[in-house]
Amino acid sequence: MSVVFGVVRFPGSNCDDDAVRVVDQVLRPAGASGRIIWHKERALGGVDVVLVPGGFTYGDYLRAGALAAQSPVMDAVVEFARAGGPVIGICNGFQILCEAGLLDGALARNASLHFECRDVHLVVEGRPTPFTHAIPAGRAIRMSIAHAQGRYVHPDVDRLEGEGRVVFRYATADGAVIEAANPNGSQRNIAGVCNAEGNVLGLMPHPERACEDLLGEGGEDGLMLFECALAWKAGVPARVGGKR
Amino acid sequence: MTPEPARPRDPAVTAQLAAEHGLSADEFRRLCDALGRTPTWTELGMVSVMWSEHCSYKSSRVHLGQLPTTGPRVIQGPGENAGVVDIGDGQAVVFKMESHNHPSFIEPYQGAATGVGGICRDVFTMGARPIALADCLRFGRADHPRTAYLLGGVVAGIGGYGNSFGVPNVAGDVRFDPSYDGNILVNAFCLGIAPSDRIFLGTASGVGNPVLYVGARTGRDGIHGATMASAEFDADSEAKRPAVQVGDPFMEKLLLEACLELMTGDALVGIQDMGAAGLTSSSVEMAARAGSGVDIDLDRVPMRETAMTAYELCLSESQERMLMVVQRGREAEALAVFEKWDLDAAVIGVVTDSGRVVMRMGGELCADLPAGLLAEGLKYDRPRRRPAYLDATEGFRSSTVPIPRGEELGEILTSLLASPNLASKEWVWRQYDHNVRHATVVRPGSAAAGVVRVLVPGRERAKAVAITAGCPQRMVYLAPYEGSRLAVAEAYAALVAVGASPLAVTDCLNFGSPERPEIMWQFAESVRGLADACRALDTPVVSGNVSLYNETEGQPIRPTPMIGMVGLLDDAEAHATSCFRVVGDRVAVVVAAGGRLAGALDGSEYLDRMHGRVEGVPAPFDPARHRPVMEAVRRLVAARLVRSAHPVADGGLLVGLAECAIGGSSPLGVDLRLPCGAGERIDELVFGEAPARFIVSYGDEQAHDVEAMVRGQGVSLVPVGRVGGDRLRVAIETSGRNAAALEVSLDALERAWRGGLQAAIG
Repeated sequence: MSVVFGVVRFPGSNCDDDAVRVVDQVLRPAGASGRIIWHKERALGGVDVVLVPGGFTYGDYLRAGALAAQSPVMDAVVEFARAGGPVIGICNGFQILCEAGLLDGALARNASLHFECRDVHLVVEGRPTPFTHAIPAGRAIRMSIAHAQGRYVHPDVDRLEGEGRVVFRYATADGAVIEAANPNGSQRNIAGVCNAEGNVLGLMPHPERACEDLLGEGGEDGLMLFECALAWKAGVPARVGGKR
Repeated sequence: MTPEPARPRDPAVTAQLAAEHGLSADEFRRLCDALGRTPTWTELGMVSVMWSEHCSYKSSRVHLGQLPTTGPRVIQGPGENAGVVDIGDGQAVVFKMESHNHPSFIEPYQGAATGVGGICRDVFTMGARPIALADCLRFGRADHPRTAYLLGGVVAGIGGYGNSFGVPNVAGDVRFDPSYDGNILVNAFCLGIAPSDRIFLGTASGVGNPVLYVGARTGRDGIHGATMASAEFDADSEAKRPAVQVGDPFMEKLLLEACLELMTGDALVGIQDMGAAGLTSSSVEMAARAGSGVDIDLDRVPMRETAMTAYELCLSESQERMLMVVQRGREAEALAVFEKWDLDAAVIGVVTDSGRVVMRMGGELCADLPAGLLAEGLKYDRPRRRPAYLDATEGFRSSTVPIPRGEELGEILTSLLASPNLASKEWVWRQYDHNVRHATVVRPGSAAAGVVRVLVPGRERAKAVAITAGCPQRMVYLAPYEGSRLAVAEAYAALVAVGASPLAVTDCLNFGSPERPEIMWQFAESVRGLADACRALDTPVVSGNVSLYNETEGQPIRPTPMIGMVGLLDDAEAHATSCFRVVGDRVAVVVAAGGRLAGALDGSEYLDRMHGRVEGVPAPFDPARHRPVMEAVRRLVAARLVRSAHPVADGGLLVGLAECAIGGSSPLGVDLRLPCGAGERIDELVFGEAPARFIVSYGDEQAHDVEAMVRGQGVSLVPVGRVGGDRLRVAIETSGRNAAALEVSLDALERAWRGGLQAAIG
């Protein structure tokens, strides 16, 4: 029995196929499968994990994620999340989850004022989430970012940190969290956060683009997030490390 | 029925008005004769765009016939929205390159953005999903007051459109030259993939079939964009800003998904995007290709603004619109798909057998023109004359250039790496999403070509497609025939270095005004060179674009035939990148039989940058000697015998070696001995330029096989050193004796190279 990832497709999503490729093909032997959920649906159809992919939903018009957050499907996503279901938002998906009120904070224009597509390193910390619980703390993992509006801002970062809700920070390859490793000017190098319960996670970098060694100059660190989710659903202890 | 000569609100059509539309007195007379009457105001507008240089290729067509356009893999050559080439396994690649120079100079963000949008539409119109983009950009000198603004705007526009639309930008090049001060070049290349038996064409066939309009509503933007692109620039060009279109990548993304969804069924008969000359060109070309006619009711066109006239509706270049013909009775099926994607769509007309394009509005007949007359356009064989400047540039003698002393080499190298042309372009390609779609195998900056994986259902190993695009415009300027051959050879070299077998070419021929005999001579010589090189390398030209009138106030650009080339890798894993990867690896140069490493100073980056001279006669491309070198390199990579392969291009051998050392994510030093033949100049060895030279690196354990494979192709492998250390160390030896030496820290080289662009632009 496989763990079904529901990948929500909005008008303007453009990492939806990439996410399906990872869960439905790369991770099929590990027990995953993927399914597209159209944004006009009102039910999720019994998926185990919801993935809100990246892209430029509604062209980022008004505010990134603001219009997609009003889609019919989002009521079902919110309900799923409130019931404790694991939800991950990647890049524009992160922005949508913030706009939908499932995550706190907002993503503002990069400090450089440019779109930035490049590799970054991240360290994992904070409370365990379905997507990160087995990733060793302090381990720097590599994946790429590709966004123009990824500067995370929050009015009370101390509280967020105190609640263990900062999950990813931009770091150097050695795992040092320093300003030079911050690609977009995010407050305290924050790359990803979760909700108070820990079941909803959002991050700007793209784990689904770091799942096949052939691509993007190598590296499969992104797989760890998906493997964590599989283990979480199966209720088995996981040991993930990715290939280096 | 004959249209009323002038509708009440329309201006009366006169030769004077026709001249304001860019039609010469002779052209206007030909039009009146063909129609047997004076055209209406709407008709004048339609004809003027269709007969513009941009749409009709009237000055270039007489030469383009020389280009080879067929081959065993070619499914569709020039004449459709894009070219189509078979890549096996039931798959085809669909690709084209197109210019958006004039709009980008006037409004860089929107001009470049809509250039990307237009080329993507050309590709998915044919049923292909776009999987890779490349952009070739030319700007004026780096310190020109407008360059920073234009560069920033163009790069942001390309990113703004492509990133949102969701296609990785994996190749291309950016160069600076004073000849582009008043006329930049923005050439966009898109490649898509489609099932080889499901290619859609722009034909309006089947009398009685409905004509559908889909996508963005029509506004008054971009009216006469094609005419603007067919005239020289002058001081008033700023006033042409309203002729620049505005892009909406979100709309285009919806159009893409809806079109591809509709194309899975069989309701669609033909489809064409409304690009340059909008509704006019799409309806005319679709009817002309099918030998049919179309009858269009303009009142039904979805409009964004009120009180639009027939003239405006026919000429608007509002973006993100498609014209299609569907099977009669299947309209509802098509409309349901567009409704799902929240797209406006309307049946606006019907296919007829009249051979005429008919436009009606408000119960009146506004235009009734023979499709063939408009589609065939005009054809001129314009006068040509060899430019006088060649007498001076061809008189170049390298003896007039002082030979640099050994101790100067390090400084020259650093200066070259920091020059805007050779410096890292990371600032540019980091603003483009280069790995969306989860398929980018070789990224920009890692090699001279980008590589994108192609999955084959049911096949264990993925294959891959490689694309590259560029042009050595200095060489073309100095020798249009030879330089154009070099452009093709350079693209071919970029592909073999990543391990791809080159398949076919798309081109974008950017030149000055065809009304000058010197420009026409450059153009004709260039096309002749392209044709010869493409024939010699078995890479047919399957699509392309000509952009003339690239000059401002009498100053033409350097002739710039941009060459895009596509190659295939049977196994995506068997690819290579440019930079050294393992300490201890051997470094060698693969060159033509005889093993001569040196190039020529003629037309080199070195001569331009260090001596301010653009002179000489470029070292020629000789297919008989050079193609085996390229084949040897492709085989070395495909057999996975080498760990890196890098084609030596602008800047010469030493710049190439430095790039291999510092270009990767973790720079590696290298220790080199370069043999300088007796009587050879050091500068020709290290900074000279010549085709078909490749830097490769490989482990000791592969040395035997590498040598055997290179020998098998009858070409030379010249061992020059080993990877290691934290410096670039080069000893230049003449007959075993040390003639010069150079040692520079990687740090210094990397700083110059990575910071060069920013430092130059300011």
